[in-house]
Amino acid sequence: MLTRREALLGSVLTAAAVATLGSAPVMAAAKDVAGLPREKVTLVAPPFVHAHDQVAKGGPKVVEFTMKIEEKPMDIDADGTQLNAMTYNGSIPGPLMVVHEGDYLELTLINPDTNTLAHNIDFHAATGALGGGGLTLVNPGEQVTLRFKATRPGTFVYHCAPGGAMIPWHVVSGMSGAVMVLPRDGLKDDKGKPVHYDRIYYIGENDFYIPRDEQGKFKKYDSAGDNYDDTVKVMRGLIPTHVVFNGKAGSLTGQNAMKAKVGETVLIVHSQANRDTRPHLIGGHGDFVWEGGKFANPPAKDMETWFIRGGSAGAALYTFRQPGVYAYVNHNLIEAVELGATAHFTVDGSWDDDLMMQVEPPKAIAS
Amino acid sequence: MSFDPVFTFGTIAAAALIGLGVSHAVDGSQSGAPVAVGELVVLAPGSFNHSQPGEFLKDNHPAPAPVLKETIDTPLEIMKFQVSATDYDRCVSDGACKAADSRRAGNVPATGVSFTDAQAYANWLSARTGETWRLPTDLEWAYAAGERFRADIEAGEGDPADPARRWLTQYRNEVALGRKSDPEPRAPGSFGLNSKGVADIAGNVWEWTSTCYAHATMSGGGIASSISNCGVHVVEGFHRTYMSNFIRDGKSGGCAVGTPPDNLGFRLVHDHGGFLQAAVRRLGLI
Ligand SMILES: [Cu+2]
Repeated sequence: MLTRREALLGSVLTAAAVATLGSAPVMAAAKDVAGLPREKVTLVAPPFVHAHDQVAKGGPKVVEFTMKIEEKPMDIDADGTQLNAMTYNGSIPGPLMVVHEGDYLELTLINPDTNTLAHNIDFHAATGALGGGGLTLVNPGEQVTLRFKATRPGTFVYHCAPGGAMIPWHVVSGMSGAVMVLPRDGLKDDKGKPVHYDRIYYIGENDFYIPRDEQGKFKKYDSAGDNYDDTVKVMRGLIPTHVVFNGKAGSLTGQNAMKAKVGETVLIVHSQANRDTRPHLIGGHGDFVWEGGKFANPPAKDMETWFIRGGSAGAALYTFRQPGVYAYVNHNLIEAVELGATAHFTVDGSWDDDLMMQVEPPKAIAS
Repeated sequence: MSFDPVFTFGTIAAAALIGLGVSHAVDGSQSGAPVAVGELVVLAPGSFNHSQPGEFLKDNHPAPAPVLKETIDTPLEIMKFQVSATDYDRCVSDGACKAADSRRAGNVPATGVSFTDAQAYANWLSARTGETWRLPTDLEWAYAAGERFRADIEAGEGDPADPARRWLTQYRNEVALGRKSDPEPRAPGSFGLNSKGVADIAGNVWEWTSTCYAHATMSGGGIASSISNCGVHVVEGFHRTYMSNFIRDGKSGGCAVGTPPDNLGFRLVHDHGGFLQAAVRRLGLI
């Protein structure tokens, strides 16, 4: 199968031609599913997450999502460095989709004829068909619908995987996101006691590989296809030119800094589809951290820094105890500061002298 | 109805002609060395059964490619050998082609060339000779390949209730071919002539065609409708595959299993058709 799929990575001159192709094959054993309630969810762009119940109400259902693939140039830093981005639903990362264990996630993936390349989706949360990649390849002008059963609770990456060399190229062009499958009775701490979050943020981290010209300046390309040769050369060096959260250096700082209040519990879902990372909340902790992202395992407690393997998503739960500005970084600090992987939280509330106070301000060294 | 891309693309062809312009800008570069055009083989018209390119759905399930009777109705003049690195380099020196990512220069087939590069060469050669040179269609290539034509690695009828069956079948068929990697381009003629006198068919250089990749829906024995992605073209060789227009290295752009194209190259067809038809073909629309 891959032989053909490999190919489907085209550019240019898409013929919007002729009559429509039949919709994707509906894989059967569907009779149990047919009777289930259905819920249609409208996705929102990260770092926000669509409204959802933390503890499931009622039995399993089919949760319907729709994503439109958008190929478009996007700025990835303040200098206007440009990525010929490939996106799920227009954002990097693609939106977080939340369901409960035992639910069915049903995605309609649309590849409008304004795009130039074939795409698909590989859900790490799904079972079979290369994560669904084998059943979802759509040319420009096509759409496909895939349903899979969410059998394992946890946070999972999804990404484009249209075959061969196209896979890493599409992923480092922005095509990844995450799914969160909650246990039906919600999250639990290491002792099995229920825990809740007041807010949830989804942070997708990306490594980008932008080619440079002879002067060392980042190059711009008219289309994704034009950058392919140059980009692959940079990719093979394995050293990214950018490591960023939510598609752009600084995208979660300033006006767009994430917000919380002292006493609020925040769940931070962090995905990296390609490369290892090590999130750290400067001045805070991870109270409960699912490093591997899988909720059937007890969370680690009191973490300072946690490790997200490339190709996975993790989750960290933290109750803020002090007000102030927190930096949330990839604690390879070169990547955080020089390459872009820094986000901010602004936290309102009352300061706790018991936890910390400046006993004496800076002054001349006592002789 | 047989799969005839002329009909499929009839409407957009006109627009593309206006939008893109037809001739490549080689005017003013008449300085270069004389243009060499390799030996041609002229094939008499004829009919044959042809396994169609693309992916096919029948009753909403993947189906084997239909085999349809096709006719080549005028003599087909096709290069006996693949375009050589030496020939390609003339186009590069004229500034009309991008240097190839080839492993070797000289009297070996031009390799490390994308569909876009092959098109640029055909346009340049046409402008330099005042004649029409173009990539063959998938159909023409198969006709010239004769007994060496293999088409896609088949996945069989499959089981509508079990999509995995076709994937496993195709994977095993591909593994069973047992083809070993053979990356070093060889002198023209190294892979011998086929029964039609065409050299090096299905050797270690795969060849671009002008046929677009398509998803087609079948009804009865024929093709009811089809959506083409002309960002991907049919590539022919030891077996048929499909590659994005910008791919120059078949290995990295190609198959995941055992038999990726060792190299990507091409040969051209000399066309006696009318101007419009030739121009349309040169744009890769058929
Ligand atoms: Cu993609």
